Amino acid sequence: MRLRKAFAAGAAGIAIAAGLAACGDAGNDSEGRDVEAADDCDGKFDEGTRMAELAEAGKITVGVKYDQPGLGFKGATDDVPSGFDVEVAKLLVADLCIDPASSNVTWEETISDNREPYLESGKVDVVLASYSITDDRRKVVGQTGPYMVTGQQILVKEDSDVAGIEDLKGKEVCSVTGSTSLENVKAKGAKGVGADSYSECAEKVLDGTYAAMSTDGSILAGLAAQNEGQLKVVGDEFSEERIGVGYSKDHPEMCEWINGVLEKAFDDGSWAEAFELTLGPSGVETPEPPELDACQ
Amino acid sequence: MSLEAILDNLDEFFKAFGYTLFLFLVTAVASLILGTILVAMRVGPIAVLRVLGSVYVTLVRNTPLVLIFIFFHFAAPIIGINFKWVQVHIGTFDFTSAFATAFVALSLYTACFVCEGLRSGVNAVPMGQAEAARAIGLPFLGVMREVILPQAVRASVPPVASALIAMLKNTSVAGVFFLAEATATMRGLTNDYSSQRIGIFLCFAVGYIVLVEIVSMISLALERRWRIA
Repeated sequence: MRLRKAFAAGAAGIAIAAGLAACGDAGNDSEGRDVEAADDCDGKFDEGTRMAELAEAGKITVGVKYDQPGLGFKGATDDVPSGFDVEVAKLLVADLCIDPASSNVTWEETISDNREPYLESGKVDVVLASYSITDDRRKVVGQTGPYMVTGQQILVKEDSDVAGIEDLKGKEVCSVTGSTSLENVKAKGAKGVGADSYSECAEKVLDGTYAAMSTDGSILAGLAAQNEGQLKVVGDEFSEERIGVGYSKDHPEMCEWINGVLEKAFDDGSWAEAFELTLGPSGVETPEPPELDACQ
Repeated sequence: MSLEAILDNLDEFFKAFGYTLFLFLVTAVASLILGTILVAMRVGPIAVLRVLGSVYVTLVRNTPLVLIFIFFHFAAPIIGINFKWVQVHIGTFDFTSAFATAFVALSLYTACFVCEGLRSGVNAVPMGQAEAARAIGLPFLGVMREVILPQAVRASVPPVASALIAMLKNTSVAGVFFLAEATATMRGLTNDYSSQRIGIFLCFAVGYIVLVEIVSMISLALERRWRIA
């Protein structure tokens, strides 16, 4: 009988833990902004353009990150991801007369390494996944924007006396394998260590294996907010990342459309509102909207 | 298809495979030793050790390698087991926590397969050999060392070589866990040079094929050399 009792106790423990987890979830549920779909799509886009096709089909697949709190994050129990990237994506989707909250939008996870292949193969229609604009990427996919400019900073333990990347020469600094941040860390003289996700890095900083981790300041702010009192963001930004929207090279006409939607969002304040809502809580101040690149 | 990405980063390419190769070598030695100890436990006369041996093999062999990595990276530190103290620097290579953890996880895992490979060899040795060795008064360890293992090793070269080849490719799991070995470096390069993905991928695939081919050739040579005339 002792065995059965132990089992019952264990089961009760699991039930309580599950209950607690459910409560925790309800607490920080961020639904994001409600963006209403436009209804003027008849004849809005020229015949034969990708936008007309998407609006006609009423379906779109958007590539976002799942593991970056504040930008693109999807917990195990969330139906749709949340974050600034997602909010900007909603504006684009809505402009195609598709309801961003409906199941006509598929939020596909695009990790750093498969953003170009997914765009090239048409698995996703647009990518908004903290996607830095680089010349090399522009050879294979279309990129426009930026809709956000951020810089790389350092995340350390609360009690650490590291003040910036200069203090980390020759030390191991964690970032995500296959990201630009990792290369920037190496260029600054630190030893880059690559993990699979930012949360794994944060875990390793917490347990003291690595002195610091580094990536875009906005992502770090999100992680610091998640582990309040244990982690802090330090130092000046030591790189400039221009975060843009990725689209397939087969549909260059999308560039003008994306820029148009972004421009409108900059002007009518919905961009600032989205920023406030998603990145504001972790202490990032809402900046001026960035200057958009011209479409080639 | 252009290979500039690789040619411009040759040092990184070779360093990546250097980590893969180092990890393979130290893990091979450790898992061969641990595997031999395990097989001695499993075929030995002491019941407790026999049970311990089979429980270990069953438990570890039936756990996915990634879970073993996750355990040593994220669970073990909570109960005070970590490898932060490992700080070996040779030339431009850093053997630190990530390498040590990969080494431990891979060795514990591969030892099971080595053990079972060797056990198939032990089973191939006719019973009479062990009985004869006992009859002339050799103790258990003597029987193992002088009579059984030399014959068993010969018979188990192919399965043990297979286990080691699988382990060589399993080192790529470490690439997801903080170690800049070949697979992780490949992912870094495909990100920086998105337009040359295919070339980068092929170069790294060839790297692995060459390494595995070398191991296969060593195994073949040993098989030939130890063949009974």
